[in-house]
Amino acid sequence: MHDSLRLYGRYMAVSLRGQMQYRASFVLWSLGQFVGIAIEFLGIWALFDRFGSLRGWSLAEVALLFGMVNVAFALAESFGRGFDLFSSVVKAGDFDRLLLRPRPTALQVAGSEFQFLRVGRLTTGLLALGWAASAVGVAWTPAKAALIAASILSGSCVFYGLFVLQATLCFWTVESLEIMNTVTYGGTETAQYPMSIYRDWFRRFFTFVVPLATVGYIPASALLGREAEMGVPAWLPWTSPLIGVLFLLVALRVWRFGERRYRSTGS
Amino acid sequence: MNLRAYLSLFAARFKMLLQYRAAAIAGFGTQLFWGLIRVMILEAFFRNGAATAQPMSLAETITYVWLGQAFFVMIPYSSNPDPEIRNMMRSGSVAYEMARPLDLWGLWYARAIAARSAPVLLRALPMFAVAVPFFGMALPPSGASALAWAVAMVGALLLVSAFSTLLTVSLLWTVSGDGIARLAPSLVLIASGMIVPIPLFPDWAQPILAALPFGGMADAPFRLYMGHLPPEAAPLIVAKQLLWTAAFALAGRALLARGVRRLVVQGG
Amino acid sequence: MPQITVENLVKTYRVAERPEGTFAAVRGFVRPVYRTVTALGGISFTLERGELVGYIGPNGAGKSTTVKVLSGILVPDSGRCEVSGRVPWRERIAHVARIGVVFGQRSQLWWDLPVADSFDLLRDIYAVPAADYARAREELVAALDIAPLLTVPVRQLSLGQRMRCELAASLLHTPDILFLDEPTIGLDAVSKLAVRDFVRRLNRERGVTVILTTHDMDDIEALCTRVMVIANGRILSDGSLDALRARVTTERWLLIDLADADEAVSDPEAEVIAREGARVTLRFDPTRTATAALIGRVTAAHGVRDLLVQDPPIEEIIARLYGAEKVASG
Repeated sequence: MHDSLRLYGRYMAVSLRGQMQYRASFVLWSLGQFVGIAIEFLGIWALFDRFGSLRGWSLAEVALLFGMVNVAFALAESFGRGFDLFSSVVKAGDFDRLLLRPRPTALQVAGSEFQFLRVGRLTTGLLALGWAASAVGVAWTPAKAALIAASILSGSCVFYGLFVLQATLCFWTVESLEIMNTVTYGGTETAQYPMSIYRDWFRRFFTFVVPLATVGYIPASALLGREAEMGVPAWLPWTSPLIGVLFLLVALRVWRFGERRYRSTGS
Repeated sequence: MNLRAYLSLFAARFKMLLQYRAAAIAGFGTQLFWGLIRVMILEAFFRNGAATAQPMSLAETITYVWLGQAFFVMIPYSSNPDPEIRNMMRSGSVAYEMARPLDLWGLWYARAIAARSAPVLLRALPMFAVAVPFFGMALPPSGASALAWAVAMVGALLLVSAFSTLLTVSLLWTVSGDGIARLAPSLVLIASGMIVPIPLFPDWAQPILAALPFGGMADAPFRLYMGHLPPEAAPLIVAKQLLWTAAFALAGRALLARGVRRLVVQGG
Repeated sequence: MPQITVENLVKTYRVAERPEGTFAAVRGFVRPVYRTVTALGGISFTLERGELVGYIGPNGAGKSTTVKVLSGILVPDSGRCEVSGRVPWRERIAHVARIGVVFGQRSQLWWDLPVADSFDLLRDIYAVPAADYARAREELVAALDIAPLLTVPVRQLSLGQRMRCELAASLLHTPDILFLDEPTIGLDAVSKLAVRDFVRRLNRERGVTVILTTHDMDDIEALCTRVMVIANGRILSDGSLDALRARVTTERWLLIDLADADEAVSDPEAEVIAREGARVTLRFDPTRTATAALIGRVTAAHGVRDLLVQDPPIEEIIARLYGAEKVASG
């Protein structure tokens, strides 16, 4: 385990050095992403301007969700880039090379690419989070702040798991499923709003199957004193960070299953 | 511009898309998902402000959202609208294209039209087939509205393609063009109504959005479809679309001509 | 106890058909059609430690499938396979830690990094102890003469330079078995010789078992004492090169360059099988016609500027073997 971590660290260093060469386009790219996410928030603001509130949630409260989800997703985007780009590896026939190395393929894919800090999305998310934290009228304590931080980290595990699952599809079809990116981005969209607005089956799916609800909604509801509307056991909000990690572990198990399938059918 | 050239480009594009069965299904699935989410979100907002009258009813908003999903692939949502041409620029072989005695802008425009229209069939038909019976999408209230919508969609296609071609041309200027190409899609998405339906934006923002060309890409045709704008409004809308199309076309041609001169000067 | 045992390996693939024409394309979209391809139809062989074996056959014969199964990345449909006491695909990580693989056409090095960085990364991936790594690297760098290349990014290397680095990379963890797939493809003559020389010494001096897959028959003739021919998923021949030749035919070829390109050539005991301008290729059976006698007759009867006697090229041998196999299997 310790050896694997060291290897992962080495992969990161290599990637970072490689990316230092592309500074100009990095700035432009970050700017483009910042604008894109900010415009999404602009859309939310416009709706609040017209309708006033969303199922009792104020703009500041939704901004809290927005911030948590986008920070979590930015982290997942940065570290999960290898899985995001996995389809091109399979298409080029380079996965065989990974199988020829005495390491789990998931570790190798995880280490193959790092997008150093999706600064655009990260910044927008942090700004929203910062504003929301002050505007939302909660008495912040270390415990509450820790819950937010843990939820963000576990939220990035959920998104990371989605990237892994998306990449696992490549074991079945090499067709360019980049449009599948919309599932992960659709996930951010879903999680940015309080789950209470969705239909029952939808809410249950995104709480118990793909736990997007744990990224923002559940912890935020607990902090905002809205446990009642959630319809989940009272202890759940404080353990929800664990659920995200569990999801990632399940996703990695599915990856192993997909890899076995790939090795049985050939490329 | 040659109609036959366009038809063969369209056919080639469509045939290529047919090969990617899983991708087509996946794309449809995720857009269905996206549409459902947006509908649920907007429904929740409407139930809140139920007392006040809104510029658009909930039913109309739902139809608007589904129209958006059906025709999403037509909008230039990508910062890289024509990857093949982009690769030609990267490799430098675009210089050969530019040296040829043909109307390069016209060719690129035809490609853009094909690229923007070919995937629509594969996406819109199933979306209509699912959203109308099951998810609250309405059909046009009258034949006149349907006709007005169809005409405006053609105008939208021409407009979208001209804008897309302008983006492609701007990529010749690698750094700045790249920057514009990355920022443009966000602007297009919000100003065309794909993120939030235009009528739901604040009242003070309406004149600004109306002055922009992007409403003609999606918002205006959608409103004609629903009868939210009467069929009589169509001629004006189409005129606006064509005006902006001409503007983008002229800008694209001028920029391309400059690009050609630049290459020649650099001895490329 | 053989190092590698392969018994009755079978592997089939399902391939989707891409139909022609628009109507068929739409139908293929709605309901795709598949056909089954048999890549391996039950192959068997054993290898002892330290052998240098050539594995040849036409494209699509099953060579790469065999290598994939042996290296543990592909699971066969049925059959038995054991390498150093392990089943490759069941214990993938333990197995690949002891083998090296070089693909002529694909690189295992990191494209943007200097060669030395790739080596260091591989050291970490293979968890090679520091001292062993230092020694192996020093020896390989010297043997392959790549010291000046260590700081160069891989993408800037020529093909010959890259291949030498690939070979070094594949041996940093001192594997027992080395798989070489088209190692000399596209290389200039000097590099080819260097690669062959290195592989030969590696095998003779270190006892590394080498399995060489190639279309380059010069590689085979230079390196391999044992050759396995595979075609259509079955092994047609397994033995020495001479035995292979003798099995197919005893014939030899006489190539002559005529002074007059239009001159007609014939001989009662030889057959003209090719003619290209002034060069004529004659085929004869040395067990019936003494070579010297034939040469004498031909040079007396025709204006011959130059001549050469050779065995039929291996490709010809293989083609005939393959053709005979096709006839035999119906």
